[in-house]
Order: sequence, then C-alpha cells, then structure tokens
Amino acid sequence: MKIPTEEQVLQIVYRAMDDLNPQLPAERRLEKSPDTPLFGRAGRLDSLGLVNLIVAIEQAVEDDLGATVTLADEKAMSQRSSPFRTAGILAAYVRARIEESAGGA
Amino acid sequence: MPEPRVVLVTGARKGIGRALAEHHLARGDTVVGLSREPSDLSASGYRHICADVCDEAGVKKAFAEIRRELGRLDVLINNAGIAAMNHALLTPMETVGRVLGTNVAGTFLLCREGAKLMQKRRSGRIVNFGSVATPLKLEGEAIYAASKAAVVTLTHVLARELADYGITVNAIAPTPVKTDLIRNVPPDKIERLIERQAIRRFGEVRDIANVIDFFTSPASDFVTGQVIYLGGIA
Repeated sequence: MKIPTEEQVLQIVYRAMDDLNPQLPAERRLEKSPDTPLFGRAGRLDSLGLVNLIVAIEQAVEDDLGATVTLADEKAMSQRSSPFRTAGILAAYVRARIEESAGGA
Repeated sequence: MPEPRVVLVTGARKGIGRALAEHHLARGDTVVGLSREPSDLSASGYRHICADVCDEAGVKKAFAEIRRELGRLDVLINNAGIAAMNHALLTPMETVGRVLGTNVAGTFLLCREGAKLMQKRRSGRIVNFGSVATPLKLEGEAIYAASKAAVVTLTHVLARELADYGITVNAIAPTPVKTDLIRNVPPDKIERLIERQAIRRFGEVRDIANVIDFFTSPASDFVTGQVIYLGGIA
C-alpha cells in the first residue's frame, strides 16, 4: 500500500467532517482548516462528537486506502499531547497510524 | 416494499446460530453469518464470512466487507460462544482465556464494530447472549457463568452508551437447548437444571427467535438494557 501524503490524509479528515457537520449545531460545525480545534480546550467537539469523527475517519481510510486502522487506542489516549487537538495534528496522527498498519501487514 | 434488514449472526455455522440465520432468511432479511469455519448454508440473501470473533483485525475486515457490499447493518446477534464445564480446581488457564476471549471480548468487539456501522443511520439492534448459568450459579461452570455475567453487564452499560445513537442493546439468556454446547454435559445434570426452571422442558430455537424478534422489532425502540431469561428463570 502506498502511504498517502499528509495533504491526502487531511482531505480524508475533511470528508469525515462533511459527514459529521450536519449532526452538529451551527456554532460547533467544523471548518476545513488544519488549525480547526477539535477536542480539548477550545475544541468544538464533545466526546460523542469526537467518537463520531473518529469512526467516520476510520471508515474513510478503509474506503480510500483499503487499510484498517484503530485510531482511539491506548496509545492515543495516553499521549500527553492529544492527537485530537486540531485537524492538522489529527491528520498527521492518522497518517502515522496508516504507516504503522502498512508496516505491520 | 421496505429494504430488507441486514442481520449479522455470529457463530452461524451450526447450532442455534445456524437456525437463527435460517429464521431470518425466512423472514426476508439479508443475513451475514460469521464463524471461524466456512458454512454449507447456501441461500439467496445469505453470505458467510470466516472470522474469529476474538481476532480484531479479522473482525474489522469482516465489517469493512459488510459496509462495502451491503452498506449497512440493522441487527447484530452475538450468538457465538463457547462453554467449559469443569470443576474450578480442574480448569486450566488456557480454557479460562478461551472462554473469556470468545464470550466476553468477542461480544464486546462485535458490539463495538457493529455500533460503528449502525450509528450512521442512527438506528440498530444488538442482541447478546447471556445464560441461565449465571442466575442459577451452576457448579462446574464457574468461568462460563462468569463470562455470561460479564455479557449481561456489557449489555447494561452499552445500552446506555449507545442509546444516543438510536441503538438498543438487549440480551437473551436461554435455558439448555440441544446443541453441541451441552453435548458433554452429563444428562442427569441437565435434568436437574431443567427441574429448576418454572417451565420444565428443553429450550427450542423458536423460543430464542421469538425473543430476538421482539428485541429487534421496530416497535421495540424503547426497550434496551434488558435481559430475558427463558423457562421462568429470573
């Protein structure tokens, strides 16, 4: 499997946002920018919203790349700097997980 | 005509799972059977996926296939389970791991991945399998009964966690049914167990299917976190 660029993964994250936005109140909708805060301080998502976004990204990664990744594993939850802070940080994290999954395959 | 429901049955190769797959096919559902070994069930509306319910990668692959090919999941029936009947002092740790792995971790994994697929449509029905071994505190079944107690707790907690997604989670707890699961249990032990039921007979697949039909009916969208014991056990 070819590892996608960070920009390609960012596009996957944006698509997942498109999936999620209709379910969010107008003031919490996610803008397509790497700096969009997601979860934590200043984050737009509550924990349910974060779960929905993670699931949407996992499914988009499966659809586009045929790779199965689990994003919310213990590693992510125990990272001091959460990978769910902004869209850009999340995209980098997703890409790293795809790389790991390809390496382990 | 409404679209057929997509029903996933684990442990579908034989026994209760096979019969439940046939029951749902007869109702006009699209049925996906999942088990470690291939199935000889061949019917229009049926597809079989080989996966071990404890294998995360295999299960995730199975759900990716369901999503790709069928696009949805309406009902998940977590029937796959194994039993170990032995005095606690003679129960190897390998057996403990296997029973907890399939019955508890397997049920959890299927619930997790199933709910991911269901949540998009904001509706779904999950039916787990408890056992009368838990309330009857059956001797010789410490690990099996404990594993099914864990399934009941999972059912209660997941019912709350998944309610916001429109997903209900309930459990059916059958009495002994004549399948491979109880093949090695001495007949006198089974008889004594049946004597403790209010209605003293073996369970039948139709008894189980009836409760599952109730849990999964569209009208049951206010029924979640419940465990129904057959035969008058409580």
